[in-house]
Amino acid sequence: MLSSTNNDPLVEFRDVSYAVNGGRPIIDRLSLQVTQGETLVLLGESGCGKTTTLRLVNRLLTPTAGEILVEGKATTEWDVIRLRRRTGYVIQEAGLFPHFTVAENVSLVPSLEKWDHDRIANRVSELLLLVGLEPKQFVDRYPRELSGGQKQRVGVARALAADPPLLLMDEPFGALDPLTRASLQKEFAELKSRLKKTVIFVTHDVREALQLGSRIALMDKGQIVLLEEPKGFVKSENKLARAYLETLSEPRAVAGG
Amino acid sequence: MIEFLKANWADILSHIGQHLWLVFISIAIAVAIALPVGILITRRQRLRAPVLAIANVMQTIPSLALFGFLIPLPFIGGIGPRTAIVALVFYALLPIIRNTVTGILGIDKSVREAAVAMGMTDRQVLLQVELPLAMSVILTGVRVAVVITIGVAIIAAEVGAGGLGEYIFRGLRLNDNRLLLAGAVPSALMALIADFGIGVIEKRFDTSAKRTGKRSRRILVWLIAALVLMTIGFVSWRGLRARSTAPANRGHVTVGSKDFTESILLAEIAAQMLEAQNVEVDRRFDLGGNLAHSALVGGQIDLYPEYTGTAFTAILHHQPITDPKAVYDQVKTEYNSQFHLWISPPLGFDNTFAILVRGEDARRLNLRTISDAAKYATQWHAGFGHDFMVRADGYDGFSRAYALRFAGVSDMSLDLTYTALASRQVDMIAGNSTDGRIAALDLVQLEDDRRYFPPYEAVFIVRKDVQSNTDLETVMTKLAGAISTDEMRKLNYEVDGAKRDKKNVVHEWLVKKGFIQ
Repeated sequence: MLSSTNNDPLVEFRDVSYAVNGGRPIIDRLSLQVTQGETLVLLGESGCGKTTTLRLVNRLLTPTAGEILVEGKATTEWDVIRLRRRTGYVIQEAGLFPHFTVAENVSLVPSLEKWDHDRIANRVSELLLLVGLEPKQFVDRYPRELSGGQKQRVGVARALAADPPLLLMDEPFGALDPLTRASLQKEFAELKSRLKKTVIFVTHDVREALQLGSRIALMDKGQIVLLEEPKGFVKSENKLARAYLETLSEPRAVAGG
Repeated sequence: MIEFLKANWADILSHIGQHLWLVFISIAIAVAIALPVGILITRRQRLRAPVLAIANVMQTIPSLALFGFLIPLPFIGGIGPRTAIVALVFYALLPIIRNTVTGILGIDKSVREAAVAMGMTDRQVLLQVELPLAMSVILTGVRVAVVITIGVAIIAAEVGAGGLGEYIFRGLRLNDNRLLLAGAVPSALMALIADFGIGVIEKRFDTSAKRTGKRSRRILVWLIAALVLMTIGFVSWRGLRARSTAPANRGHVTVGSKDFTESILLAEIAAQMLEAQNVEVDRRFDLGGNLAHSALVGGQIDLYPEYTGTAFTAILHHQPITDPKAVYDQVKTEYNSQFHLWISPPLGFDNTFAILVRGEDARRLNLRTISDAAKYATQWHAGFGHDFMVRADGYDGFSRAYALRFAGVSDMSLDLTYTALASRQVDMIAGNSTDGRIAALDLVQLEDDRRYFPPYEAVFIVRKDVQSNTDLETVMTKLAGAISTDEMRKLNYEVDGAKRDKKNVVHEWLVKKGFIQ
């Protein structure tokens, strides 16, 4: 069941389409509500439009038709800088600034928001502990001195820095080796239940979707073909959903975990 | 060599200063233009190809041609450092623009996307992410531009901008290796040091390199960079001051000359005559092409030696005529009315084209005039300088006037025609009648019996508004008819053939003639 009782959706897609230069729509009349506190997973093959959907939320892209409301206000009405600073963003390659230390990377948004020095330093320590990195050991390191898993932890810490209500994650664990990925997924599952953030999470990994999502939106050709909680998803008769589930040995066990 | 350095170190240092100043100012301007342009075209994709194409074309223009285009232009043209800086900026633009574009576009896409998604403004993305990450690539561009500029700044001496090129061109002209080295070694060192120095700074910005140190190390590097910049700035400033304290027309006289031995000797004669009258003299010699004329009209020099025929055809653009008196009178009148310049009486000799053959041929075939030689021309190969081949009083009219048909004609460097004739590569050349090599190589000048060549009588051209404690016109008039063609040939030979110092040669001659004690 939904973990939040708040009725207002944090993000709402209203009949949204997106196409480049009048070509075939990448997003095709998509409607969707993301409730406060839930983790909505966008699942699909590459090219299905899941990353595009995510990028429409913080207005890295602007819809060609329809509108997206964030906290009840259309993304085109928002001051785009404010919108983005209220939205955490984590991507597969982490996208850390190579010329910034870990501390500088994590404190990027607080610095842009001109927090005072002590508050930033405290926040950086707090966040690094939160993502499982010892602050003393890591604050002065540069991204190239980190492993893939450590970079991704810093990426998550950076996204959480200014305590945004909404977190957008685009295959954040996709590039990691299986063991690191498994431990980060597990830690993140705990983290998000503690922080009560609203998360939109993009993946092509059905196991990850079942493990992290409170609801799963299965996407194909720019549309949502199935929208279910994990327990409903594993029972679905949808052909594409079945194809995904067949890759797992014990789907019900995963959904239960 | 050590003697030479001892005697000239102050002069060499000041030329190094001038050179650094030219390079520093040019690079500063080039960066100020190229960086914004480079950034702009990373954002306007449609502009990218045309802008890079224009910058590319600029860099392929040969530097001498570029100076040629620039000299007549208002504001950015003329002679002196300004023109040189404009040209140097042209050459420096491409590498900086190209590397700015490459550097910014080469940044990891995910880094830029993260920057935008974190809510950085365009300006913050540019200043905090793109420029710092592209900096090492941009600095590579600056490094290339600096090295190119140090090299091209040599050519700047051709437009009177000073710098180490003055030594190199003087050395080439006089075949003096000490002068060549005095120009070449410092400029080569400068290029190496700049290459290495900027390379070091560049590495500090390279984010892929392993950075071992911490903050303090970075601060140290910045300090060193600042120190280097300040040193360059200081040397530049001194260069600038040296320049600005030596303009023309401050109660002393600036004597100019063209860029060949005879012109320099005549200018030196004028300079020493004036110094004998306790006039302070600045020497701005070695001005190529029509630079001396532009400099005189522009007030950067006060007088220089010229030939009536050149003034008549190249400056006043008349068709060549052969009567010396008519040419002189018309030049004097028109220079007065057009440029407000005074022409001295002729100095006595005529430096016209001399049609030369080997002495042995002249004696064997009994050749005295050009007409005598015409019948042998069909078996002869002629070698003429580039200038002679194209000018109005040159090859075309000459061959028509004497109905000459050669077995072959080579268009070559004037200097090389003398040795080519002496070594039997060619059989007839058009040299200068006062050239010292005529006697030295046993060459014979054939008489221009059809009076084809216009007169090239040597005169001084003088500004009328010079503020000096002595009357220039009186001093220059003393030299009327004082130098015969033979004497001029000997003076030229002393310098070109015997490699003697010009000042000493001129001093001896002036004493011998009783002009000075």
